[in-house]
Amino acid sequence: MNIPVYLDNNATTPMDPRVLDAMVPYFVQKFGNAASRNHAFGWVAEEAVDYAREQVAKLIGANEKEIIFTSGATESDNLAIKGVFEMYKDKGNHVITAVTEHKAVLDTCKHIEKLGARVTYLPVKEDGLIDLAELEAAMTPETILVSIMYGNNEIGVIQPVKEISAIAHKHGALFMTDATQAVGKIPVDVNADGIDLLALSAHKMYGPKGVGALYVRRKGPRVKVTAQMDGGGHERGMRSGTLNVPGIVGLGKACELARLEMTEEAARLSKLRDKLESALTVLEESYVNGNVEHRLPHVANISFKYVEGEGLMMAMKDLAVSSGSACTSASLEPSYVLKSLGLSDDLAHSSIRFGLGRFTTEEEIDYAIEVTKRSVTHLRELSPLWEMFKEGIDLNSIEWAEH
Amino acid sequence: MAYSDKVIDHYTNPRNVGTLDKSSSKVGTGLVGAPECGDVMRLQIEVDDNNVITDAKFKTFGCGSAIASSSLATEWLKGKSIDDAMTIDNMDIVEELALPPVKIHCSVLAEDAIKAAINDYRVKNGLAPIETEKSHH
Repeated sequence: MNIPVYLDNNATTPMDPRVLDAMVPYFVQKFGNAASRNHAFGWVAEEAVDYAREQVAKLIGANEKEIIFTSGATESDNLAIKGVFEMYKDKGNHVITAVTEHKAVLDTCKHIEKLGARVTYLPVKEDGLIDLAELEAAMTPETILVSIMYGNNEIGVIQPVKEISAIAHKHGALFMTDATQAVGKIPVDVNADGIDLLALSAHKMYGPKGVGALYVRRKGPRVKVTAQMDGGGHERGMRSGTLNVPGIVGLGKACELARLEMTEEAARLSKLRDKLESALTVLEESYVNGNVEHRLPHVANISFKYVEGEGLMMAMKDLAVSSGSACTSASLEPSYVLKSLGLSDDLAHSSIRFGLGRFTTEEEIDYAIEVTKRSVTHLRELSPLWEMFKEGIDLNSIEWAEH
Repeated sequence: MAYSDKVIDHYTNPRNVGTLDKSSSKVGTGLVGAPECGDVMRLQIEVDDNNVITDAKFKTFGCGSAIASSSLATEWLKGKSIDDAMTIDNMDIVEELALPPVKIHCSVLAEDAIKAAINDYRVKNGLAPIETEKSHH
């Protein structure tokens, strides 16, 4: 077992050595530009890209012509939302999303608001799921796009995408999903789920960083996005820029491995996750955040009341986990995702996200349980709030000095 | 974020964790911070008839730097007169623990806790609280 134990697979995953093996030839020997149509170097590269396109498409039940390679999910989210807004603005200017989306979606929505879009940010219920009736009520004839994530990065909650897409389509809007955390972990099928646009990333599924894809539906309806980068007209004119051939090969291989191993892997991970979760919720005043029925198999987000998350992570220095949002924890603000579930600031401050992955072993989970239990107990001994709780003092009755 | 060796030392082996009898007239208690902000410090001092701090205890809900700041504060308080204790400045704590700028608020909280504990003791013993500048936050 290697220390520290890596349990932050929602932030990024280690690359699978099989993915690296697939990529290696495309750096030095097979270095051609996939757009070079007049010599063998280009053909070899193009062939590799085409093969990867099939591998990606197959994982999500798409046609290979519907895959646009990008630099990652953030770019895919930007291209989908800005591209749809620009392409369909004569049809309407209204976009619907949810407050628990990743910043790549939320900040892109903020951006198009400045360009004249009207954006509805749906709240979520206590379990992290959106209310379908609220979505229905928010739809207008002006609504051109509904963008709701597949699985949440912080709490792992899986939104009812099939029902959401049906509502969007009923009102003539497109449905886009940021599926960064879901693709490769659970079955995602663009046709069964009614998805028109889908963002995915390689490095969340054991592929390389800096490469991802946007699925853009070609039939029923034929969806178009306005390019956000001008140049040589690559990727059916939607995303210019010389293709990152080794990265794309890696993404393709990662998708193939995920597709072949997903069923077994998801069962193994949910078993380990459940073991971790049930061992840790034995601790008094510990709570699992988010819906436990509808969620990704590898994520556990737990609040340990009366213990502060950053202090806890320091005690658990032999575990690589995250508190609040990994992306925003530098700001010391508690997670906006947890707050939108209605968690008080102090519970949000007390949360730890465990993200299991392909290389997580049972031995590591046993170790994580032991370290976490020990650390929570240690910090509670130091916590005046825990002492007050034990004495039966209502913390809300105290007038805290705000600072 | 990398923590200094001294922060890690105080965090791993915190000094003077515990609780003094807050109803005793010899004990002053300072409770500062707020759970919503992610930091709560409780610092207590026990003072003898010569106005010397004979014991100090703390409990802190917060990050490693907050725990280390309050642990260090209790070490410094023991044996000091309450007048000397009033002069402890948060920047002394910053320096001793090599706190990065983003963690300076932890030292501020520790200074506030010291002053709150001393004033609690003073008020209990019929003395006027000492005005402190409330400009830190």
